[in-house]
Formats: sequence, structure tokens, C-alpha cells
Amino acid sequence: MKAYAYFLGCITPNRYPGIEYSTIEVLKNFGVELKPMHGTSCCPAPGVFGSFDLWNWLVLAARNITIAENMGLDITVTCNGCYATLQEANHILQHKRELTEKVNSLLRKINKTYRGTVKVIHVIEILYNAVGLETIKNRVVKPLNNVRVAVHYGCHFLKPSDIRGHGSPEKPTILDELVEVLGAQSVDYKDKLMCCGAGGGVRAGKPETALDITKDKVEAMLDAEADCVVTPCAFCHLQFDRGQVELTAKTKHEYNLPVVFITQLIGLALGITPEKLGLLNNEVSVERLLKKLKT
Amino acid sequence: MPLLSKIQKPNNKLVEEVIGRGSVFFPKEDVQTLKACIQCGTCVGGCPSGRRTAWRIRRIFLNVLRGFEDEALKDESLWECTTCYTCQERCLRKVMTTDIVRILRNIAVEKGYMNKNHLRVCELLFKHGHAVPINEKTMEVRRKLGLDKVPPTVHRYPEALNEVVFLVNETGFKLKIKRD
Repeated sequence: MKAYAYFLGCITPNRYPGIEYSTIEVLKNFGVELKPMHGTSCCPAPGVFGSFDLWNWLVLAARNITIAENMGLDITVTCNGCYATLQEANHILQHKRELTEKVNSLLRKINKTYRGTVKVIHVIEILYNAVGLETIKNRVVKPLNNVRVAVHYGCHFLKPSDIRGHGSPEKPTILDELVEVLGAQSVDYKDKLMCCGAGGGVRAGKPETALDITKDKVEAMLDAEADCVVTPCAFCHLQFDRGQVELTAKTKHEYNLPVVFITQLIGLALGITPEKLGLLNNEVSVERLLKKLKT
Repeated sequence: MPLLSKIQKPNNKLVEEVIGRGSVFFPKEDVQTLKACIQCGTCVGGCPSGRRTAWRIRRIFLNVLRGFEDEALKDESLWECTTCYTCQERCLRKVMTTDIVRILRNIAVEKGYMNKNHLRVCELLFKHGHAVPINEKTMEVRRKLGLDKVPPTVHRYPEALNEVVFLVNETGFKLKIKRD
């Protein structure tokens, strides 16, 4: 059984544990084991703590990476922020030897050493490359026919493209393909590749700006008659889910687009119940989507 | 462009400071692309924050290149960037725009220009090792889903949290944030 070290980060385990459960469960279905990384912290967030102090950001990221190195496993993530931080820290440390030595001089004081022996892989890369579309297709027991999905990639899954290595960030298809193999339809919508609004410390520091971006995104998805938005990022997931509650409170107009993580969508197609997948714990009701599934 | 009424003495070392600080983490030739900006505005054209706020990323490069330090660092709109990297991907001169914004923010934080909400996020990291710590409600959801009530992170291991607390002190970050 292929195994990965599952880096949880903050939002997945501490706000949307349904993402954690469905990711572990869905991958187990495909013969991939996700092992817990004991004692990890915040990644720390690339546009937040990276904006405050790159040195501190790098040291804490390196500490997290050493935990997977000691397990001898590559790291996987369910948040684009964690993906960005851990992959970028790895990249920097592998290209700046003198910096690695400086980082290790601190890590040695807590009996850790960064060695640069593991890769950082997003969970959708495991699904797309290691598991494969054919295998997923063959395992679908409840095809998501008639479901219209607004795919949201999240910026840091694709960019900066020279480090991420998923090709041009202007027209990605990996997540659309994963959605469509389940029988659903990925619908095009205005500003499909625009940010959710939360990154770079904007959700905390400039909440009005973050919410205004989210509003544009959600309205564009609703205009395209989407039944749900699907994300591969816990932070985008939180921004769309909580953001709609905030928008409803602010505008007195009800925003009700269900927010679904990619492994939760796959879980539905595999026949796992919405309750087990944690979908009923979202802020925005997923009832609309579930009704569509029954038709 | 700065207004005539706000003319200040330019800091002609600002560009080199940005390049020096950035080169610790990024390849020097990438940070030096800062000097290649010709103010074409491709960056602004794709900027999600720029559409709705006073943030104009191209102006930041102009201010840095001219040494207008206060305009570049004190301006609150520096914190409107979501670090989406659209501008960095599209820049025709290959300027490392988004990462230079992070470097500028590092300098701004060091000078004490920091948003109160961001200070709070730092406090959460210092105390819990997480920017978004767990709460009772989530612990209950975890239990219902059949997950361990407390995740296997620093939340479960006090000795691991101590390591994080030790490191934020050793890197000098905590002192930097708390100095006021």
C-alpha cells in the first residue's frame, strides 16, 4: 500500500474535519494510506507569516518537514496554503545550502535536522497521477449525473508555476477532469481562476476586500447555475463557506451555494453518505446539492 | 505618483535593501528583476484587489525604484495583496512581483507598520502553534466523524508546542512583533 505523511495544517483539522475524514477514507478506498504526522504546527501560512517574516516562516516550515523526513514518507496536503509553504520552503532550502545550514543550527537545538529527503505533493496530484482517472471512474457507484460544478483551483495550487510544475496556470484542467470523471459537469464561469479573496493575510487584515472578492466569485458561480463549488483547498473552502454566511448577514440576501471539498465530492460518488463525509457540518447547507443528486 | 505636497527625501538605498533582503531567500537575479519594471500595468490589469481598492501594485515598484520609502511601506494598501501570483505569472519583464511584495511587507513589519488583526494572528501562533486553533465545536464534530477529538498536531503534544514556542523566540520573530 502506497503511503504518504498527511500534513493537516490548521483549517482542515480545526475547522473542517470532514475534509480530513473524507480524504483519509477516499484514499484508503484506492489503496493509499495517509499516516498522521505527530506534532506538526501551522505550516506557517505563506502569505501571512511569509509576509511578516520570511526567516521565521522558513524555520517553522522546515521543522514541519523534518517530521515527515523522520517517517521516510513524502508529504501530502489538503490546503493550498500548506502546499505553497512546505513546497516552497523545500525548494528554497534545496537551492540555498548556506541557508539550510543556518536553519539546521536552530533545529538542532530541538533535536531535529532538515535533510531535504521528501517531496510535497497535493492530494489532487495523488488522485490524478498515482490513482488515475480510469481507476476512479471504475469505482464510481453513484454517478453525479446532472450535477453542475463550479471548480475553484485556488491560486497557490497553480502558482508560482515554476515551482508548482503543473503547466500554465491560465488554463488548468486537472481538477475539472477529476470532477467530470465522477459524472458531474464542470461549468465555465466568469473569473474562474480568480482568487477566493482570503490569501495573503487579506481575510484577517482587510476583511472587506476579501469578502468583496468572494462575493464576485460566488455570484459568478450562481450565474452559471452551479449546484456547488468544489475546491482542493481548506482555506478557500472556509472562505466560500463562512464568506457566504458573512455575505448573507451583510447584504440581507441569502447566499446558498454548497461548498464541497474534492475528496468529499469523490466520496459521494463512491457511495459514502454526506453525513460521514462531514458535509452536514458546513455553514452553508448542502441540501440543494443533495436534492439534485436524488433526481 | 506621489503628490507634490508629499515630497520626501528619497532613500536611494531602498532598492538595494530590498534586493539584499530578498536574496537571502530567493535567487538574487530574480529579486533584481525589480529594476526591470517599465510601469506597463499588466500586473494591475489582472489584480483582484486592484479592481476594488486603492492598491496599485505597479505603483509600489515605482515608489521603491524612486526611493519613496514611506509611500512604499507605510501605505496600508500594501496589505490588500492576496498573493495570488497572477501578476507575477503575467509580467512581461518577468519581475518577481508577488514575492517582492512579501519582502516589502517583511521590511514594513520590521519598521512597525502592522495591522492589529495581524498582530492577533501572531498571538495565536505564539500561544497555540496554529493560526486557527481548535475549538469545542470542532472537537465535537471530530468525535462524531470518528476522528480523534484532538488532532495529532501540536494541540495533542505539549512538547511539540514547546518546540514551536522556542523557535519563534530563537528566530527573533516574537521579539520583532512584540517590541511595541
